[in-house]
Amino acid sequence: MAVLGLYNYWAVIVLMMAGLYILIARYNLIKKMIGLGVFQTSIFYLYISMGKVQGGSAPILDDAVPLYSNPLVHVLILTAIVVGVATTAVGLALIVRIYEEYGTIEEDEIKAIESREHDA
Amino acid sequence: MNPLWALVPPLLVIPFIIFFGERRRNLREASIIIAGIVLLGINDRIYSAVKAGELVESGELSLLANFSLRLSAEPMGVLFGLLASFLWVVTTVYSIGYMRGHDEQNQTRFYCCFALAIACVMGAAYADNLLTLFVAYEAITLSTFPLVTHAGNDASRKAGRLYLLLLMCGSIGLFLPAVIWIATAAGTLDFRVGGILSDSGMSQLSVGVLLGLCVFGVGKAAVMPMHRWLPAAMVAPTPVSALLHAVAVVKTGVFTLLKMVTYTFGIDMVSTSGVANVVLPVVAFTVIASSIIAFTKDNLKARLAYSTISQLSYIVMAALLATTMSVTGGALHIVMHAFGKITLFFCAGAIMVSLHKTQISDLDGMGRRMPVTMVCFFIGALGIIGLPPASGVWSKLLIAGGSLEAGNAIWLAVLMLSTILNIAYLLPIPLRAFFKPAAPGQSVDVCEAPFASLWAIVVTATVCVLLFVFPQPLIELLGLIQWR
Amino acid sequence: MIADQLPALQIVIPMLAAPLCVLIRRSFVCWCIAVLANVLVLATSWAIFKQVQSEGVIRYALGGWAAPTGIEYYIDSMNAIMLLLVSFISCVVVVYAHETVRKSVQTGKHYLFYAAWMLCLTGLLGISITGDAFNVFVFLEISSLSMYMLIAFGSDRRALSASFRYLIMGSIGASFILIGIGFLYAATGALNMVDIASRIPDAQSQRAVLVAFSFLTIGLMIKSAVFPLHGWLANAYQHAPIAVTAFLAGTATKVSLYVLLRFFFSIFGTNYSFGGMLLNVVLLPAAVAGFVLMSLVAIFQSDLRRMLAYSSVAQIGYIIAAFCLASQAGLTAGIVHIINHGIIKTALFMSVGCIIYRVGHAHSDSLDNLFKKMPFTVCAFIFSGLGLIGVPLTAGFISKFSLISASMERGWWMIGVLVLLSSLFAIVYVGRVVEIMLFRKARTDNPQPTGLREAPLLMLVPMYVLLAVSVWVGISGSATLSVASDAAAALLGGYQ
Repeated sequence: MAVLGLYNYWAVIVLMMAGLYILIARYNLIKKMIGLGVFQTSIFYLYISMGKVQGGSAPILDDAVPLYSNPLVHVLILTAIVVGVATTAVGLALIVRIYEEYGTIEEDEIKAIESREHDA
Repeated sequence: MNPLWALVPPLLVIPFIIFFGERRRNLREASIIIAGIVLLGINDRIYSAVKAGELVESGELSLLANFSLRLSAEPMGVLFGLLASFLWVVTTVYSIGYMRGHDEQNQTRFYCCFALAIACVMGAAYADNLLTLFVAYEAITLSTFPLVTHAGNDASRKAGRLYLLLLMCGSIGLFLPAVIWIATAAGTLDFRVGGILSDSGMSQLSVGVLLGLCVFGVGKAAVMPMHRWLPAAMVAPTPVSALLHAVAVVKTGVFTLLKMVTYTFGIDMVSTSGVANVVLPVVAFTVIASSIIAFTKDNLKARLAYSTISQLSYIVMAALLATTMSVTGGALHIVMHAFGKITLFFCAGAIMVSLHKTQISDLDGMGRRMPVTMVCFFIGALGIIGLPPASGVWSKLLIAGGSLEAGNAIWLAVLMLSTILNIAYLLPIPLRAFFKPAAPGQSVDVCEAPFASLWAIVVTATVCVLLFVFPQPLIELLGLIQWR
Repeated sequence: MIADQLPALQIVIPMLAAPLCVLIRRSFVCWCIAVLANVLVLATSWAIFKQVQSEGVIRYALGGWAAPTGIEYYIDSMNAIMLLLVSFISCVVVVYAHETVRKSVQTGKHYLFYAAWMLCLTGLLGISITGDAFNVFVFLEISSLSMYMLIAFGSDRRALSASFRYLIMGSIGASFILIGIGFLYAATGALNMVDIASRIPDAQSQRAVLVAFSFLTIGLMIKSAVFPLHGWLANAYQHAPIAVTAFLAGTATKVSLYVLLRFFFSIFGTNYSFGGMLLNVVLLPAAVAGFVLMSLVAIFQSDLRRMLAYSSVAQIGYIIAAFCLASQAGLTAGIVHIINHGIIKTALFMSVGCIIYRVGHAHSDSLDNLFKKMPFTVCAFIFSGLGLIGVPLTAGFISKFSLISASMERGWWMIGVLVLLSSLFAIVYVGRVVEIMLFRKARTDNPQPTGLREAPLLMLVPMYVLLAVSVWVGISGSATLSVASDAAAALLGGYQ
């Protein structure tokens, strides 16, 4: 029961590992960015699920709401989401530039081009 | 008198050298000679101050928390400083003849690095603690590196690489750990009368290892197997070989060891604990082996190089025997050997410039063509061997006496054997120059070295003889050393 | 009045300079803004440094919101050192950057370059000043994102792929740090570093702390390029615009090392990190292998930037090894080396930048007899190279001496021996280049551009300012040592 009760963490772990796997194992740069996105999203889940208080409602400062979830993590994750979006934007911009220069977005092909250049 | 003044003339002259440059070379060389004479004057002032028992020391520059750079004069250092500054003047005069006669390139760079090296030697001579000495030691290696590679061809670059590699490997790989070890064990690096390690509670084994690290780490002392750089560095122009590889560089090595034995370890610690007995056989082996190798060399400079290695090991041996007499002898031998060896190198350079000969077997009959040079060579050779009427006899006597004082006659036997070998490899050179007939078809005109060079040769040879007659001032100076 | 607000100004000045650059867009004016902002930042950090030295720790509540609610800036002597180091190096390099940017960055994009530079500076300063764990992550990402951008400005197209690789590695590292901070928050319920540190002793047994510790370790190792997680570094250093490389080498990895120090010593505490978690067992082999192997690898590089990049990884190894000693002397040595290596390596990259500016590239094969043509540049290279080796009277000697004596004090002889061994490798890789530049005759098959002359004054002057500082640090080492020793004591002592 304890294991199942932590289902939110299981989801986090599955997402995190999937993201990390895509990030490392895929050669396509866009897919890498997708992997990074999944990976970062899993961290957001981790934070947010951490802040949930059993039976608590939305954090509104009102006498009718005696028990509410931790609002701080939401604030933190808002920041982290912004950072994540910025990272994705920079990454995608780089990919566009790479495609303009190399004519491909496959990492192994880029490496091949670079090593040919290096030899020449 | 602040010993810092001794660094000023050689450093101050560098801008002048660069300013005058190749276009006004007479002015350039005149400025060096003036700086040399000023430096000699300063060293003489320090000498009289030390003799009068005054405290000669500089302020300190704190480099690390408890360790600082500091200069102060003590008898051995004064002797070394006087020697180096005197020979700087003489060598500069000699180089004028040699470098111009040989039409060398990049003379300005040559004189700059030379002056820089002398400044570093002054730093080493007046070092007040081991850190300062180490710093000066490294600086000498780096400032002389461009001199070794002066010619810029493949051979000299290779020699330079070996030079840097062996000396730096030794100093960073062995000597520096020893210095840091001493710093951690004793909490200080100062040179103190009686040594700083005596009450650090180090075991005999540790002291032995430490001594080994120092003897082999100070690669400039050229104890086998750290000696390879010395013959290799002979590709340098002869004045470099003469001053740096018979005086400044190699003598800094043995000077470092003498100072360390006296003021860091303390002679009692080295002599009584018997730890030196592990290192001494290697040193003795170096004495004999390099004499034998010298014997097999036909190239004049190479033979002199190996002879230097063997003579340096005398001094290392004197240091390790660690009796008052032997250490005095070692310090004295720094001077005596310097004058003898520099005369020989000057002669070898003169022969190269005038006759373009580098091999000993080509020298038959050349005594008639260069009579003055060859006579001086003979005197220099006597000085190295230690025969009257040349200077080497006193220092060898003291080292021999020291080995008896230490109670071990084996080292005396090593000295005797090596002296015989000295005779065998040095004396034949002037003999065949004077008495063997020249090879047929060779010119027999008198063809002495350029005047400036010849003058320098005569001066050093004369000093060789003078020091035989009047060694007293030097011995008196060394008598001021406080041992315990 | 202003004196009270210095910590905020430290961050606000460069942060405002960045959008100003974007609005104005004119290359020269942007450069002026950047330099001006940087000088102000330098002055601020100097004032903060002095204030910390005389009055002790500064705690500044940002926006007037006190600690548990708001973000607090916490400045002790360690932070003050980092602020001063980062702003000084940035200031020198940004002056130097003008000529290289004009030459190698596409016209019309200069303003973006300076804007990114200012943002990066903001991030690095922010990491060094903040006392809030989550804030560290935010500033880390600000500096990293602008750094990816700066690297991509490189004239070679390989700069793009190098930047992308750095982005991937850097994001993984930053995410790991984020995870670590999350678990710390879960375990202690605090984000303020002082609060976390005070609650760690009670929470130690929780598995969350353990997990946080391991994620932070890996994340910080990636960020500070500790061997074997240094893969991104060599390409990034080689292909970035040279001014960026100089800036990056002197500051970015150093700031990450500072974060590592802060987390392991102040927050987790020395006893937990090195006693309980045996961090030295993990880090020390990596550090030692790093400095020995990477020095060896550096010998075989023909591109000077790449050679220096590997040497940087090696130097980071020294610093980590010094940290692993976990003693007062060891930490002092590590901090001193952060300062000294930051200065030396920046100076080296700046001299290489001068070479690239004139010769066009930095292959060691075609620098024959460069001394004749560019004496000042080559002299700068030699002097800072000597510092890298650790020759006495240079800054490098101070740090190596203290590192070796610290390792002997701890009884770890082998570290001292291996440090010396890798110094010998350093002699080889620096010596090889110096020999070519000084003594090798120019060859006909490898021609240098005609009309080769000394680099412009605007590049030489900042370089020599940096060199002068490194010489000063070298000969009056006790000054830096005493500052570093204060910082080490503060780190070991934990928060008061």
